[in-house]
Amino acid sequence: MANHTIAHNVYVPFLEKKGILSWLLTTDHKRIGIMYLVSISFFFVVAGILALLMRLELLTPASDIVSPHTYNVLFTLHGSLMVFFFIVPGLAASFGNFLIPLMIGAPDVAFPKLNLGSYWIYLLGTLIMLIALSKPADTGWTFYTPYSTTTDTDVVLLTFGVFVLGFSSILTGMNFIVTIHKMRAPGMTWHRLPLFIWASYATSILQLLATPVVGITLLLLITERTFGVGFFDPAKGGDPILFQNFFWFYSHPAVYIMIIPAMGVISEIIPVFARKPIFGYKAIAYSSLGIAFISFLVWAHHMFTSGISSLAATIFSFLTFLVAIPTAIKVFNWVATLYKGSIQLHSSMLYSLGFIFLFTIGGLTGLFLGALAADIHLHDTYFVVAHMHYVMIGGTVMGFLGALHFWYPKWFGKMFNETVAKIAWFLIFIGFNVTFFPQFFLGVEGMPRRYATYPPQFESLMSLSTYGSWILAIGMFVMAANLLVGLFRGEKAPQNPYNSLSLEWQVPSPPPHENFEEIPHVTDWTYGYGKKKESEA
Amino acid sequence: MEQASVEHSHGHQMDPYVEYSSSKLGMWLFLGTEILLFGGLFAAYAIFRAKYPEMFAEQHEELNKQMGAINTCILIFSSLTMAMGVTAIKRGKQKLTAILLLVTIICGLGFGAVKYLEYSAKFSHHIYPDTSIFFSLYFLMTGLHMLHVFIGLLILATMFVLTLKGKFTAEYNTPVEVGGLYWHLVDLIWIYLFPLLYLIA
Repeated sequence: MANHTIAHNVYVPFLEKKGILSWLLTTDHKRIGIMYLVSISFFFVVAGILALLMRLELLTPASDIVSPHTYNVLFTLHGSLMVFFFIVPGLAASFGNFLIPLMIGAPDVAFPKLNLGSYWIYLLGTLIMLIALSKPADTGWTFYTPYSTTTDTDVVLLTFGVFVLGFSSILTGMNFIVTIHKMRAPGMTWHRLPLFIWASYATSILQLLATPVVGITLLLLITERTFGVGFFDPAKGGDPILFQNFFWFYSHPAVYIMIIPAMGVISEIIPVFARKPIFGYKAIAYSSLGIAFISFLVWAHHMFTSGISSLAATIFSFLTFLVAIPTAIKVFNWVATLYKGSIQLHSSMLYSLGFIFLFTIGGLTGLFLGALAADIHLHDTYFVVAHMHYVMIGGTVMGFLGALHFWYPKWFGKMFNETVAKIAWFLIFIGFNVTFFPQFFLGVEGMPRRYATYPPQFESLMSLSTYGSWILAIGMFVMAANLLVGLFRGEKAPQNPYNSLSLEWQVPSPPPHENFEEIPHVTDWTYGYGKKKESEA
Repeated sequence: MEQASVEHSHGHQMDPYVEYSSSKLGMWLFLGTEILLFGGLFAAYAIFRAKYPEMFAEQHEELNKQMGAINTCILIFSSLTMAMGVTAIKRGKQKLTAILLLVTIICGLGFGAVKYLEYSAKFSHHIYPDTSIFFSLYFLMTGLHMLHVFIGLLILATMFVLTLKGKFTAEYNTPVEVGGLYWHLVDLIWIYLFPLLYLIA
C-alpha cells in the first residue's frame, strides 16, 4: 500500500496494470501508443478485407459478386479507412508515441494529458465515421466535387469524421514537436538524435502545416452540402478545380506524413543489423526536412489532366521531380550503410530490405506520372493504383511491419517465432508483387481504375492480381497470428536482444512506467556500431 | 494502490521553466495551425475577389460598417484587458487579474451580441450563406471566427474561475498567459476580417 519509498527500486513494467479504465485513462505514452496500434491495426484489417472483396469482384470481367454501386462504396471505404484511419495516424501516432520519449531519454511526452485527449478525439472521429456507414459514400477517398456535392450518400458525416481526426493529428504533431524541442535528455543534442526522431519531427511539422488546410476544405464541402454554399459549384460562380487544389495541398504532404516515419524506421533497423554506423547521418536527417518542404510545392501534379494551365503544369512537373532528390539521398545512404556490413537477416531487416526494393519501384514509377506527357496516358489508370500501392504497402506498410517486428520485444516484453516471421515476410513480399506488379501493365494498356467491370482482354492480368491478393492475405494472417501467439506463448524478451546502442534498449523490456530510473546523460550518437561496446554494459 | 499510481502518473517532475516554455511553444504551434485553417478561407477570398471584383464591391455595402467598427474596438479593447490581466497575475495580483478577465469576458459577450444583431439583420433581408459567393465567404469567415470567440470565452471563463479559486500566482500562471495568446489570435483574425469584408472601397 504505502510503499512509496521503495517504489523507485522495484521494476514495474508499464503493462502491469489491468482493466479497461487503466487503458482509457492512462497518460503513459507507451499505453497510448498501444491503443493507437490496436485501433489502426483494426482499420488495416477491415480496409484490407474490403480490398480483398474488390479483387474478388475483379477476378472475372463481369460484375458478378457485387453491384457497381457497392464496388464504388468498397473502394471509397477502402481508401478512406486506409488513408485517414490507418496510415496517416499509423506509424506516426503508434510508434511515435512509444518511441519518441524513450529515444530522447524522457519520462513521457511534453503534454501527457493532451496526448490522451488526442487519442479520444481519434476515437470520436472513428465513431462519427461508423455512423456514416449507414449510407456509405461512393465518391472515392478524394471526395472530388462536383460528384461529392450531388451524390445522395452520406458524404457529410464521413468527411466530418475525417475533420475530427485531423484535430487529433494536429494535437499529436504539436505534442511531438514540443517534446523533441524541450524534453531531450542532457547531452542528447540535435545531431545525436536517432533518425526516427528526425523523421517524426518532419512528420509532425507536416501534420501541423497541412492538416488545417484539409480541415477547412472538408468543412467547405460540408457547408456546400448543408448550406448550399457554392465555392465548388460552377452554377453558383464557384470552381470544382478549387476543391482539388485545396484537397491536394493537404493530401500530397499527407503522402509524406505516411511515408517519412517509415523511412525513420528503416534508418533505425539497418545500422543495427548491418552492425555499421549509419552512413550519411546528416544527409538522412535533413533530407526528411527537405522532403517535408518540397512536398508543399507539388500538389498540382495530381491535376495535370484537370485543366490547369500548361505553364503551371510544367512548373509542378519540375518541382515534382525535385522530390526524387532527397528521397534518393535516403536510399543511397541506406545502401551505403549496408555496404560491407555484417548483415543479419532478422525479420525486421527483411522488411527493411523489402522497403528499399519496393519503395524504389514505387518512387521510380512516380517519375512516369510526374512527366506531363506520360501522365496524360497513365492518369487514372491501374498504373496509378500500382504506383501508389508500391509506395504505401511497399513503403509504409513494410516499414510498419518492420517496426512491429523490431520493437516488439521492447514493447511487449516477449519474443515471437522468428522462423514463422520470415515465412510470413516471404509470403507478403511475393503476394504483394504478384498483386500489384501486373497492375502496371494493366495501366499502360489503358485499363482505368475504379471500375467494377473490364474488357475480357485484361482477364489474365486481373485474375493474376487477384490470386496475388490471396497470397498477400495469407502472409498477413500468418504474420499477425505469429505476433499474437508470441504475446501469450512467447519467451520473455531480454533487455537488448539485438545489442542496439539506442536509448530505448537500455531500459528493461517492457519499459517501466516513466521509462528511466534516472534521466540518462548522453555522450555519443546512437549509431557507433563496430567501434565500441561499452554502452552495452 | 490505485490512488498512489494515479498520482504517480501525473507526477513526473517537470522543471517549471521547461513546463512553461513547452506550453508556450505548444500554443504558438497550435495558433499557427489556426491561421492555416483560416488561411484556406483567405485563399478562397483572394481567388473569388479577383474573379468577381464587382460582386464584392457591390454586396459589401449590405454589411453594417458601424457595427463592424464597434466590434473591432470591443475586441481590441478586450485584448488590452487580457494583456493587462497577464501582467497582473505575473505580479501576483489575483483580484485585479480576476476583474480584468471578467472585463475581457464581457467584451467577448458584447462582440457576440453585436454579431447576433448583424446576422439577424441579414436574415431579415433574406441574405443567407447561399445568397452569393460573397455572402458565403462573409458567413463562413465570420461564423468560424465566432466559433473561435466562443471557444476563447470558454477558456477565459475557466481562467476566471481558477483565478478566483487562487490557483494562479506570480510563480505559476502559465494557463493564463497561454489562454491569453489564444484570445489575441481571435482578436488578430478579426482585425483582418473587418477590412477585408466591411471596408472594400
